[in-house]
Amino acid sequence: MIALPEPKPEVLARRDAILAGIAPLVGPEAVIDEPHCLRAYESDGLASYRQAPLAVVLPETTEQVAAVLRFCRREGVRVVPRGAGTSLSGGALPLADAVVIGLMRMNRILTIDYVDRVATVQAGVTNLGITAAVAKKSFFYAPDPSSQLACMIGGNIAMNSGGAHCLKYGVTANNVLGLTIVTIEGEILALGGAHLDAAGYDWLGILTGSEGQLAIVTEVTVRILRASEGTRAMLAAFRSNEVAGACVAAIIGSGIIPVALEFMDRPAIHACEAFAHAGYPLDAEAMLIIEVEGNQAEQDDLLARLGEITRRFDPSSVRVAATPEESAAIWKGRKGAFGAVGRISPDYLCMDGVIPTSQLPRVLRRIGEMSSAYGLAVANIFHAGDGNLHPLILFDANDPQSMAKAEEFGAEILKLCVAVGGCLTGEHGVGVEKRDLMPVQFSPADLDQQRRVKSAFDPDWLLNPSKVFPLTVAPPVVRAA
Amino acid sequence: MTDIEAPPDEAGVAAAIAAAAVAREPLSIIGNASKAPMLRPVQAARTLSTRELAGITLHSPAELVLAAGAGTPLAVIEQALAGQGQHLIAEPPDLRALLGTAAPPTLGGTVGTNLSGPRRIAQGAMRDHVLGLRAVNGEGIPIRSGGRVLKNVTGLDLCKLIAGSHGTLAVMTEITLKVLPAPERTGTLALSALDAATGVAALAAALGSPYAVSGAAYLPEQAAVALPALAGLVASPGVALARIEDFAPSVAYRTERLAAELARFGTAQRIEDRESRTLWQAIRDAVPLGARPEDAVWRVSVRPSGGPRVAAAAAALDGRWFFDWGGGLVWIAARADAAAHRAITEAAGAAGGVWMLLRAPDALRTALPVLPPVPPVLGRLTRRVKAAFDPAGILNPGRMYAGI
Repeated sequence: MIALPEPKPEVLARRDAILAGIAPLVGPEAVIDEPHCLRAYESDGLASYRQAPLAVVLPETTEQVAAVLRFCRREGVRVVPRGAGTSLSGGALPLADAVVIGLMRMNRILTIDYVDRVATVQAGVTNLGITAAVAKKSFFYAPDPSSQLACMIGGNIAMNSGGAHCLKYGVTANNVLGLTIVTIEGEILALGGAHLDAAGYDWLGILTGSEGQLAIVTEVTVRILRASEGTRAMLAAFRSNEVAGACVAAIIGSGIIPVALEFMDRPAIHACEAFAHAGYPLDAEAMLIIEVEGNQAEQDDLLARLGEITRRFDPSSVRVAATPEESAAIWKGRKGAFGAVGRISPDYLCMDGVIPTSQLPRVLRRIGEMSSAYGLAVANIFHAGDGNLHPLILFDANDPQSMAKAEEFGAEILKLCVAVGGCLTGEHGVGVEKRDLMPVQFSPADLDQQRRVKSAFDPDWLLNPSKVFPLTVAPPVVRAA
Repeated sequence: MTDIEAPPDEAGVAAAIAAAAVAREPLSIIGNASKAPMLRPVQAARTLSTRELAGITLHSPAELVLAAGAGTPLAVIEQALAGQGQHLIAEPPDLRALLGTAAPPTLGGTVGTNLSGPRRIAQGAMRDHVLGLRAVNGEGIPIRSGGRVLKNVTGLDLCKLIAGSHGTLAVMTEITLKVLPAPERTGTLALSALDAATGVAALAAALGSPYAVSGAAYLPEQAAVALPALAGLVASPGVALARIEDFAPSVAYRTERLAAELARFGTAQRIEDRESRTLWQAIRDAVPLGARPEDAVWRVSVRPSGGPRVAAAAAALDGRWFFDWGGGLVWIAARADAAAHRAITEAAGAAGGVWMLLRAPDALRTALPVLPPVPPVLGRLTRRVKAAFDPAGILNPGRMYAGI
C-alpha cells in the first residue's frame, strides 16, 4: 500500500471550529460530516484505498467555492477536489485532515452556441451530458473516457482524460477553450473563452491534467464538433500479438487514421466474449477493432483499404460490419470489457502505461512472462493507435498478499513502459497510485521544475497534496521577482 | 545583436544561461531571429541562439512522431515529413515576408511563439502537437517534460507552458511532435459576392457540417485580388473559402455535398488540388493582408461570429484585414499609431477576444502593450510562474510584458 501523509494534529483538533466556519459559507445542508455519510466519499475508482475526510462540502456556485478556499487557506486546511469520484489513480482519495470540495451540485449547462461551436458548462456536468445536450443537432463533445456516463468535465480537466477516439479527435487539452478557476487564495479567474488562441501563458494547457493541484475548476468552455455522417467498425483477428502489432503499424503507415483502433489479447477476447456474446473469435491470439467515419461510400472505400492491409498479415478472421447494428455488436464486447473482467476475477488493477507502438510485441511478451512469474493473470486491452496500454491485472483484494503482488506487478509493467521510451500514464493520471514511480520517468530536476510550478499556484501545498509528487522532497518556495 | 552565442549542444546552452543567471545579465533568446520583430524588443547586451542545435533526431512515421533540435529549420522538417507522406498538423506560417526577415524559421521559434495556420480550426494549434521537449530553465538547469508517445498525462504538462511563452520561461533545445499523414487531395469551395457577416455565416455552416472542413477563410475583395489562385473567382464585397483535405474520393464527394449545403449563400466555385494548396499557403502566411511597409500588424483571436465587428474597426481606420479560422482569426494591417492600436484592441476586447501586436516600429511596440494587459490576480500568477522557471528574470525580459 502507498503511504498517505500523517494528518495535521492541529487541524484534527480544530475540526468542530472548522466545520462551524465553513457552514455559513455554503449553508449547513451543503456540509457533510456524519461518519456514515462520509463513507460514500472515502474512495474513488481506486477502490482498494479508503480514507474518510474531515468533511465534504458541496458548493453550488463559483463564489461559494471561492469562499471555502479562502477559509481553508487562512486556516491551513488541505482541500481535495472531487467530481464523480471515478478516478482510477486515487486522484480524489481524501485525507483525514482535508475538506473534500465536491462539484456535483454544479451541474448546469450554461450556454450552447452552434454557430461558434462551443458550449460552456459547470464542472459537475458529466462528460456524456455535454454530448447529450448537443446531440439533437448532431454535435458531440469528442473526448470519451470509458467512464463518460458518470465522470464529470471538471474531473476530465483535472486528468486530461482521453478515450477510444482521441487518436483522431485529441484529448481533453485539445478540446478546451476556456476555464473559470478558483485559486487557493479564493480568487476567481476567467481564462480563455470562445476563441482559439490564448494570449499570455498557456494557462489552459498547464491546468488541464494538473490533477486538482493548481486550482479548482468551476466552469469549462469546450469545443463541440459536428458528428460525421456515420461510423462503421471492422474486426480483424490474428495468430499472434506480434502480427497484430505489425498490422497496426502498417495501418498508420498507410496514411489512414481510423477514428478508433483498439487491441485485445487472447485473455481479454475470452473474458469479453463470455460476458457480452459479441461473437469474438476465440481461436485468435489477438484482435483489432477498427472504426472509420464518413458516408456509406467513404466507409466502403476506407474499409476496403483496411481490408487489403489486414489481409497482408494472414488474419485468422476478418469481419466487416455492414450496418450500424453490426458495428454496435463488434463494439459490445470491448465496451463491456471492464465489467467482463470483473466477472472472472473478484478484483483487478487497471494499468495505463503508454509505449511507442513499435515496442508492442516486446512489451506484450514481457507482460506475459511477468504474469507467469507473479502467478497473476492479466488481460490486455488498449488503444493501439496511440500505444496506450490497459493491462488488467487480476487479483483478490481479500488476500493482502495477492494485492501486494498485483501492485508490484503493475509497477513492473509501468517501469517497462518507461524503459522502452513510454510513460507511466496515458489518461488515468498519477494520483496516489503512481506517485512513487515518478522518479522512474523524471529526473530530480524535471520533478523540481514541476513542483515549483505547483508552488507558484499553491504556495502552501494545500490543494490535493500528497498526490503526483513523491513525499520525500519538501515543497520548494517560489518568490516572484 | 552583435554578440550572438550559439552553443553546439544542450550543455553549452545550459552553461551560457547559468553564467548569465549568476551575473544577472539578461539574454535575448533566438533561433534564427526570423520572428525578432514580433512583440516587444528585448533589451539585452547578449543574445543566445539555438541555431546550432539543428537536425532531426527521430522520425518514426508509423508511430506518428518526429523529434528535432530546436534550431532545425522548419523547411528541413517539412521536407523530411513530405518524404514519408506526412506533414506538420498545425500548418505553421512562414511570416518572413510579413516581418521583413530572411533567415529560415526554426522549430524552436515556431513552438515558442505557438503560431498556427489555417488547419488550427480543425486540428489544433502548434502547442497541441508537442509531445515532449527538452529545455534549459533560467538557472541553467536542463529539464525534460512529456516524452515521445502520443498520450501522456504523467505530471504537469510543462510543454504547454513553455510552448507559446516566447522564450521567457526556458530555452527549448529539442522538441518532439506528433505528425500526421498528409492528405492525398485537397479541394476548396469559393463563395463570392458575400459581405463579411454573410461570409462568416457561410463558413459557420461549413464548419458545422459533417464534411470535416479543415480551412475556413474570408477575404474582402481587396485582399482576394492579390491571389492568382482566385483569379476570376472574386466579386465584391468578398469571398468565403472552405477547404476539405482527405483521400481523393472523399474530397470529391464532400465538396459536392458541401456546395449543395451552402447553396443558399450562392453558387460555389471549385478550386482543385494544386491551386488549393497554393491558395492556403498564401492565407497561412498572411499574404492577402498586403501590409504596407509603414503599417503595424495585429493578429486578433476572437469567437468566429465576433470577427466582423473587429474587421469593422479596422475598416474604420482605412486598415486592411482578412479572416482565417472561420472569422476567429482577424489579420489586420493599419497605420502604426497609438490611436489605431486602441481602436483595434478595444474592438477585440469588446468581442470577447484577445490580440497580439505582431509587427510595429520599435518605438510603438516598446511604448504600448503588445498583448492584452493581464488583470492583477493573473499578473501575480504570471510573475510567480516566470519566477518558477527564471528567478533572476534573465530570459527574454520584457518580450511579452514590460517588467516581466
